[in-house]
Parts: sequence; structure tokens; C-alpha cells
Amino acid sequence: MPQFPKGEKAPVDGLIPESALVDVESRTFHAYVHVPYCEVKCGYCDFNTYTADEIGTSTQGTFAKTLISEIDFAEVALEKSRFAKREFTSVFFGGGTPTMLPATDLIAMLEKLKKTFGIKSTADITTEANPDSVDEQYIKDLKAGGFNRISFGMQSAVPHVLKVLERTHKPENVGKVVGFAKAAGLATSVDLIYGAPGESLADWQQTLEAAIALDTDHISAYSLIVEPGTKLARQVKMGEVDAPNDDLHAEMYELTEQLLSQAGFLNYEVSNWSKNVEERSGHNMAYWKSMDWWGFGPGAHSHVGGVRWWNVKNPAAYSDRMSAGLSPALEREIIDQENRDIEKVMLETRISDGISLDWMKSKGFAEPNVVAGLIADQLVEPMEAMRGNIILTAKGRLLADFVVLKLLG
Amino acid sequence: MSPRATTSLVPGKTNPEFIRNFCIIAHIDHGKSTLADRMLQLTGVVDDRSMRAQYLDRMDIERERGITIKSQAVRMPWEFEGKTYAMNMIDTPGHVDFTYEVSRSLAACEGAILLVDAAQGIEAQTLANLYLAIENDLEIIPVLNKIDLPAAQPEKYAEELANLIGGDPADCLRVSGKTGVGVSELLDQIVRKIPAPVGDPNAPARAMIFDSVYDSYRGVVTYVRMVDGSMTPRERITMMSTKAVHECLEIGVSSPEPEPTKGLGVGEVGYLITGVKDVRQSKVGDTVTSALKPATQALKGYSEPKPMVYSGIYPIDGSDYPILREALDKLKLSDASLVYEPETSVALGFGFRCGFLGLLHLEIITERLEREFNLDLIATAPSVVYEVTLEDKRQVTVTNPSEYPVGKISKVLEPMVKATLLSPKDYVGTIMELCQSRRGTLVDMQYFGTDRVQLRYTMPLAEIVFDFFDNLKSRTQGYGSLDYEESGMEQGDLVKVDILLQGEQVDAFSAIVHKDKAYAYGVMMTTKLRELIPRQAFEVPIQAAIGARIIARESIRAFRKDVLAKCYGGDISRKRKLLEKQKEGKKRMKMVGRVEVPQEAFIAALSSSAEKKGEKKAK
Repeated sequence: MPQFPKGEKAPVDGLIPESALVDVESRTFHAYVHVPYCEVKCGYCDFNTYTADEIGTSTQGTFAKTLISEIDFAEVALEKSRFAKREFTSVFFGGGTPTMLPATDLIAMLEKLKKTFGIKSTADITTEANPDSVDEQYIKDLKAGGFNRISFGMQSAVPHVLKVLERTHKPENVGKVVGFAKAAGLATSVDLIYGAPGESLADWQQTLEAAIALDTDHISAYSLIVEPGTKLARQVKMGEVDAPNDDLHAEMYELTEQLLSQAGFLNYEVSNWSKNVEERSGHNMAYWKSMDWWGFGPGAHSHVGGVRWWNVKNPAAYSDRMSAGLSPALEREIIDQENRDIEKVMLETRISDGISLDWMKSKGFAEPNVVAGLIADQLVEPMEAMRGNIILTAKGRLLADFVVLKLLG
Repeated sequence: MSPRATTSLVPGKTNPEFIRNFCIIAHIDHGKSTLADRMLQLTGVVDDRSMRAQYLDRMDIERERGITIKSQAVRMPWEFEGKTYAMNMIDTPGHVDFTYEVSRSLAACEGAILLVDAAQGIEAQTLANLYLAIENDLEIIPVLNKIDLPAAQPEKYAEELANLIGGDPADCLRVSGKTGVGVSELLDQIVRKIPAPVGDPNAPARAMIFDSVYDSYRGVVTYVRMVDGSMTPRERITMMSTKAVHECLEIGVSSPEPEPTKGLGVGEVGYLITGVKDVRQSKVGDTVTSALKPATQALKGYSEPKPMVYSGIYPIDGSDYPILREALDKLKLSDASLVYEPETSVALGFGFRCGFLGLLHLEIITERLEREFNLDLIATAPSVVYEVTLEDKRQVTVTNPSEYPVGKISKVLEPMVKATLLSPKDYVGTIMELCQSRRGTLVDMQYFGTDRVQLRYTMPLAEIVFDFFDNLKSRTQGYGSLDYEESGMEQGDLVKVDILLQGEQVDAFSAIVHKDKAYAYGVMMTTKLRELIPRQAFEVPIQAAIGARIIARESIRAFRKDVLAKCYGGDISRKRKLLEKQKEGKKRMKMVGRVEVPQEAFIAALSSSAEKKGEKKAK
């Protein structure tokens, strides 16, 4: 279970403080829908997900209905907080495994979002999917229902790696479902994980080559993080599996960058590659650009104008809140300007558009000698820095957190 | 227990014939404070109800460690053969670092109780103090304590004491401070054997200061022994070393709480309060006289305290620097032997170079700073004082290795000590080995009784300062004891070893060591730092060097990955909070050139040896 940050109690009426209205025109609005169900719980996963064994199926059947009531709730809360209605610039269904629900449920929720707030015609409308939980028909239905992008949890092409990750899907299914998606006219992406216990550089190369061969528009590749509280964390602690090795991770990352760029992909965020700018994940870009988004569903996080809140985690508790007409938010935090600035550096440093040096200097960040040091250590692009932009080099992306800390001074 | 003497003699009007001034010489854990507690109870000056353990030890540190740092005097009534006596017990510090203070306490007495643990026998430090007592012509009463212990061997150690000071083993008193057995006999013996003080009541007043304590309410409380003449409240007094004149606001005796009196006469022991706020104005060993009718000749034996060991003391949180300065200023009020001056270190920031009487003194001061002023401190490795002569005849006194002069050096003098080591004879070989490895030269060897041996060595103080005591204790399974006294300066074949991080010298780790030990020191420090300093964004060489010559080298490989792979909507707050924490952590980073070193790494590198030294405090 991911640990929530510590916040103040969120108001039951879901009202958003006035401070969030400042500069609202400069921000786009996005929707995230969290579907907290999985067939099995993977050992490394700390997302807010539940299997049928854990909570039964009682909430799953009514999930779409409950979530739809949060969409209504959001409409009222935003209106009461004097926000003008904004269409969604992107919609993302994540989890969990959204495709554990019937396609009709996903489509019903999407329809409701469209009806209530509107969705821009250019919007990225994505769902995550488990390669084993969708078939050709399901994908066709999604496309017909309004989805235009699908992201498959491929993770690895190597059986022993999948096994240690406790992923149950068959590697050969990935190619099949990517094919269905392309045929249906959906933009495609796969998620990969590297650095699993026992995974060699050669294993990872095999996965990368398999992913490249799928010829998707987009690839995300994450180094395995041992999250506290997960089964994997316990296994590492008990010495049952090796702790991830940062140096090997670094080599795997470098290999990723090398092979993906050879295959025509551009790294546009630390862990994300796309064939071109249009095929970036518009939704994830919203996170990194500190836009506004409403996260629907149990445990989902929302952010509107420097106010961030997170919903109760448990699907039953979530459902109880909704049926009582109360905000599902458990806690919230109101981020002051200084921390918003810090978040901006933290997030925008990660993306290949970079971050403005002038802006950072105006905030007291990015001292000249610090920037010079980053150039000397080949962590930022020197020419870009001269032009007033901090953009990480590949080496710098591997040390992004270090760079951020340096920039903040 | 009901007291024998029901009325006390009046201070200021007591015939010296009925005064007995004595102290107790004992090793740290041989039960001096417990014996003192029993005396306080038996003489009735502290009733059973208000009794607490180690009544006279005023500082928490004293009680916890079972050692006396500052001395104090207590006046107790005692009846012997129908006559009432005033017994002044002067509690002496028990540690070698405070030899000077001990000698002043002894000078205030006519006799001393030589208190020895009946299960352990005499220890080196006790021997040193015994030596001082005999030098001061004190009457010695040998006493074996803790005879209630099953492991006590009174016969054996009575023999040992008799060998040492002469006399019949049967005359050695046997007491138990714990149960009180033998304590009243001891008090009788004090009256019988210790001479009454002698002085000229009509001469100009002369009183010797044997302790000086800062009290936040009353200012400095000065403990004195009247030698000649008398002193009364409201009198103007002169400190003979400084010629400073003060008004005596209050005069009194401790019994054991302060009791103002009409004065102090010949042979009496008591306290003066003049309203001064700084113990430096009331120095241990100085002579107090009357301003109106001053004495011409000061009492002998006064000397200025001289620091033997220096260490840099730094606040772990740099913003605590002003608090540290204030704290040192305050401690200085009660400890005239503490010297310090501001110092800056690349590695540790702003702090103070402090001079101490010895290692225990260093530990006590740092512990008091931490405890009483709530400071987190780091102390650099203790260093002794070197006298360096350059080829151009310039002379430099070095108390901090980083100040060691560059350029052609013709001669380095280092302080030497005469060390006395005492241990069961089985450990003689291992002790000799240790002393040899520490550049010691054997002076002589002497047997006490059948199985205890005293070894005397001359060796450089620097060798003792560096974890010698731990080594001695571990090699002798805790039986070995050590005492040392300074013994001049001698030329040594010494070099300064610097530690460089990415070519930048880290001042806190520079050390002056014997030529033959330079390599070992270099390897030890570079290895330790490689383990302690986290990887940086670039490779960091760690070198040990003598001048420009590199004698050891390690390197820290660059780290290659420091990034959170996933940073989406639900991760941002967590990540920002982590960042805040890291930013906080960065404040505690010290920059050596471009290398970020966590303060903890410096502390760990400095304390692995210092920590061990700390263990001896319990012994």
C-alpha cells in the first residue's frame, strides 16, 4: 500500500479554497480514474489495488456507478468553489487493472466525464491494460467507446523476470494485443520494468528488443523500486532476493537510452520515450507541468491550483462516502508558493523541454556556480544552459534527483 | 545512628587543638564518596532522611561516573574521649588530570586517609596522590574499604599497604562504607593520629584557596584553609597573585550545606563569597590575605594551570556556535583550567580550539557542554603541544596539527610524561610490549607484595593521548592502571600527515605522528573515509600525504543513479517531502572542495578512536 503524505483533514463538502483560482486560465484540466482491482497482486506493487480474494467482488460490480457519483460530486464542488467549467485536456484510466472491469463500465465512466465536463477533441484518452485481460473485441469496444490510446503492462519479455515480478501474463500475448490495438486505431504504449532480482543486462536487452519490435508509439521503462511494505521489500529484507543494484540499473538505463534512440524514440521524461512529440503521454505531461487534475476513485490524488487531496483508499469506504454524498477525500494539503516552486523544479527538470534558468534565478534557485558544476559533471546540456534552459543529459537523467537538489541550493 | 557529639564547636572561635583537617585519597571506584556519606550520617550533619548517595558530589556527571571532579570541604563534629572536635573533610578530585587541584587540597590538610578497595588493591592514580600526600608531610591512615565484599582480601592488601607506607599490616583499618562497619573507629583514629593544625593567630591573615566553584546564584564560592590569622565577614581581602581586592560578603563553613559564620580562625576550613563572577579571579592555590593588614609572603605552591591536551570542539549544527561560545564562557567561570579560542575548520565549520588538563578533563567538559547546554558536539582527535623550530630559527608552538608550519623544519619537541603503570605480574610482558610500541622507555620495575608490579616509563604524551588507556585495559583485562605526570619536552622524529579529499586538505584529520607510524595512520584514515563518505557525482580520490609525498590512496567511485523512476500524480507530495528532508540533510553536509561530506561521516571518522577513549571514564 503506498504511503499517503501527511495532510490536513479534507472538508466533507469537497470545496476548494479560493487560492486555487489564481491563474486558473493558465492551467489545463485533466481526469484520472483509478480502478483499484487486479487479478493478482504483484510483489513489487505498492499501488492502491485489491484482488477479489482480498475484498470480495462486492464493490467491483457497482464500481462504475459509484465512480460516476464522484463525477457529479466534482461538478458541484468545483461550481460551488466558483470554478468555471473546463473541458478535460486528457483522461487516463489507471490502476490496478482497469480492464478487469467490462469495457462497458469503462465506457460508461468516460461517457459521464464527457457529458459532465466535456473532453477536448484533441484529448489523449488512455487506459492501462493487462495483456491477458483484453481480447480483440474488448479493444474494439474501447475504441468505439471513445478511448484513443492504450498502455499495456508488458514489464518484461523474459519469463524468469516476469516470474520474479509475479506477472502472470504470457509474453507472447503482448504482441497479439498490441496488434489488435493498432488495428483498432488506438495509439499504443508498453510499460517495462528493469532491474528485477536476477535480471541480467542481457535479459533486459532481450526485453528492450522485444518492445522495440512491437513498434508502439510510446514506451515507459522504470527501474524497479523496492517500495516499503511490499512483498518484495520483505523478500529483500529477509535476503530471499538481492536488493536492486544501482550501478546495474544505471547500465540498464544507458542501454535503454541507446537502443530506444536507435529505434527512433526520444526520451522526453526520465522514464518515458515516444516516437515524436505528439505521442507523448499528454496526461503524464500534465503532472509534470503542475496542471489541474481531478483523480476519481479510491486512493486517487487530485491537484487543483496548489491544492492537493487524496481519496480514501478502501473501495468500500470510498463507496460509503459517495453514497452518503460526502467528499471521498481523506486529507489534503495546500501547497504554498515556495513549495509550488520547489515542485516545479522537481518535476520540470525531469522532462526534455527543460526548465527556464531565468525563472529559477528569479526564485533564488540555480546559482551560477552550481550550474557550472552541473555542466562540468556533464549532467546538463551545456549549450542549452547558455541559452537559459536546464535540460538533463542522459547521465543527468540518471542523477535527476541529485541535480534537483543542487538547483534548489 | 545517633551522633556522638551533640554540640558543635563554633567556627571562628575554635581552638586549633580541636581541629582535624583530612582528606581521602582513593582510586575512582574505591568507595570514597560512600565512605564520606557514612561519615556525614554518623556525625549527624546529614540526617538519615535527607541522605542521598554521594551527597557531596554536586554535578550529575560526578554522581553518574562515581568520580569527584571538584573538591569540597565538610565540617563535622565528633566526640572523642569526652572532647568535641571539628573534623574537616576535604574531598579531593581523584583523577590524574586534576593533580594540581589535588595537591592544593592536600596542602589544606594535616592528614590523609589512604582508602583502598579490599578486593582490588592500590591503583596507579592512588599511588600518585599518595606520593603527593607524603610530599606534603601528611599523616597517612591506611584503610581498606569494602570489606563486606565476598572477594575482599584484606590480609593481602593490608600487607601491600604496609609494604608501601611502612608500619604493621594489623594497623590497617578495615571498614565498609556501605554498611558503616569501622567508620566510627576511623573517625577516632583521625583524632588520635592526625596532628592539629598549627598557625600564628596574630600574624596577618593568610588563607590558601584549594577550590573555587561558580554558583549561578551566589557567584564564585571560594574554599579556603586558614593558615595564619583570621578573617571576618565584611572585611576587605586581597588575592595575592593578582593583588585584586574584594569585599568578603559572606564567610562560612559547609556542614555540608553552607552556614555563614562570624569568621574563620587558624586551621579552619570554610568558604568565602566576594561577589566575583569568574573563578579566574579566585584561583586555586592563591593566597587570600587582609587588604588592611596584608601578609608579605604568599603561601607556596601556587601555579597557573597549563593545558596538556588540545582538541577542536565544534557544534554539529553550525547555528549553535553562539550557544557554544556562551557555554564555554559559563564553564570557564567555574573551571579556571579551561582555555579556548575560536577556530575554523574546513570540515567542521566554526568552533573552538580548547586546551585541557588531560583526557578526562576533555571528556568532562564536552559532556557538560552537551548535557548542561543541550549541544551536539564533535571533538577532533586530541593533540598535544609541539614546539617546532624551523631552519630559519623561527619557533612555532603547535596545538593544532593543521597549524604545523610548512617549510624546512630543524627540530620538533614533544611533551614527555613519566608514566606509572600498575598491574598484576602476569601482565608485565604485555604492558611492556604496549609501552614499547608507544615509544616508551622503561625507567624501573618494582614489585608490591608478591604479585603486583609497578612499571615506570617515560614516553611521549601524544602516545598516551591516542587510545593508550583502552589498550592497557583490554590487554590487562581491566587490571592495569595508569598514572602519568609531565616530564619536559624531548625531540621526536615527527611528521605531519595530511588527509586530502580530491586534493583538498581536510584539516580535522591532519595528525602529527611519529615517522614510523605515518603510513599506518594514512592507511587507517583513507580506508575509514572511503567507507564513510557517500559516493558523489564524480570519483573522489582520498589521499594521505606527508608534505607533497602521497603515502596512501583510496578512491570513492562516482555514483551513477539517483532518480525516482516514477513521478506521477500520487507521487509528487511524497517526493517533495523527501526532497525537503534531503535539503535539510544537505545543510548538515560539509563541503571539502566540491565533495559533499555528511557531518556524520566526519563524526564517525573522528569518534571511532575517541569513542573508545570514552570507555575509560567508567573505570
